[in-house]
Amino acid sequence: MDSNTVIAVASIATAGLTTCVGCMCPALGEGRAVATALTSLAQQPDASATITRTLFVGLAMIESTAIYCFVVSMILIFANPFWTHVITQAGGK
Amino acid sequence: MNLTSDQQVLWRHGSMELNGTIVTTWAMMLAMALGAKLVTHRLATERTLSRWQCSLEIVITSIEQQIREVGMDEPERYLPFLGTLFLFIATATLCTVIPGFAPPTGSLSTTAALALCVFFAVPLFGIQRHGWSGYLGTYVKPTPVMLPFNIIAEFSRTLALAVRLFGNMMSGVMIIGILLTITPYFFPIAMTALGLLTGMVQAYIFSVLAAVYIAAATTIRRPQPVPGPRPPPTP
Repeated sequence: MDSNTVIAVASIATAGLTTCVGCMCPALGEGRAVATALTSLAQQPDASATITRTLFVGLAMIESTAIYCFVVSMILIFANPFWTHVITQAGGK
Repeated sequence: MNLTSDQQVLWRHGSMELNGTIVTTWAMMLAMALGAKLVTHRLATERTLSRWQCSLEIVITSIEQQIREVGMDEPERYLPFLGTLFLFIATATLCTVIPGFAPPTGSLSTTAALALCVFFAVPLFGIQRHGWSGYLGTYVKPTPVMLPFNIIAEFSRTLALAVRLFGNMMSGVMIIGILLTITPYFFPIAMTALGLLTGMVQAYIFSVLAAVYIAAATTIRRPQPVPGPRPPPTP
């Protein structure tokens, strides 16, 4: 396998693996957060505004790790610097 | 594939070019400033208020209440900055229902600029409240060992703000673009609605996080009363 093939295979496989992990783990964290928020809402319905607001802020913080994984996958697929280097080399030949 | 609106070039002259981000940002700024000026050029305080003035007052008072609930004691001082952040990102999201509009917050340059505004605003408000030595002293609390971690935290918070907003808006635009090539009719509408929801939540999150960072820099820590020797009981 020459180096161009290695770059392509590594980029594609890493992009898929990054999206896979980036979807599973934050989903588990968010599930636990929502479950705990629902329990507190059932115990103290008067504080529902505070609990809901804090829940959304916490979910956004957890979601941002998923977004980091998504951004890295997109860079690997669409804006891959190693692949553009390969393309410019192949175009120059 | 068009990842961001930075890549749509609308006009080029020599080395200067107007890309989609610049045009949409300035169009939104013009629309919001003109609209606000038109509504407020004759403010009324009694009897009949115009509908537009009432709706703007609702927006302003709810933003101020949210800032107060986050934990700041003088929300009107920070309302212009935080309210502008929220309104800009929310308007950018709402305008995605216009066909052909790519939100300017879907470009990393816009979100980085907004995050840099927060990055400079936090020390500014902190120094305004506590003075130079008071603000710089917070970096060595609780112990001087935490100094590098506090400095790194400042930079990573800013980076997280920028990438979070950019990732959310860019992913919404990209999903709609991909779905348009696969199933043109129903799914893109559902995904546009979902994009509106996530965009509004992200606008709220951005401004709430900015408020929390500013609150952390400006709270006046009242010294805890140290229990001294008890005075002798009066006869």
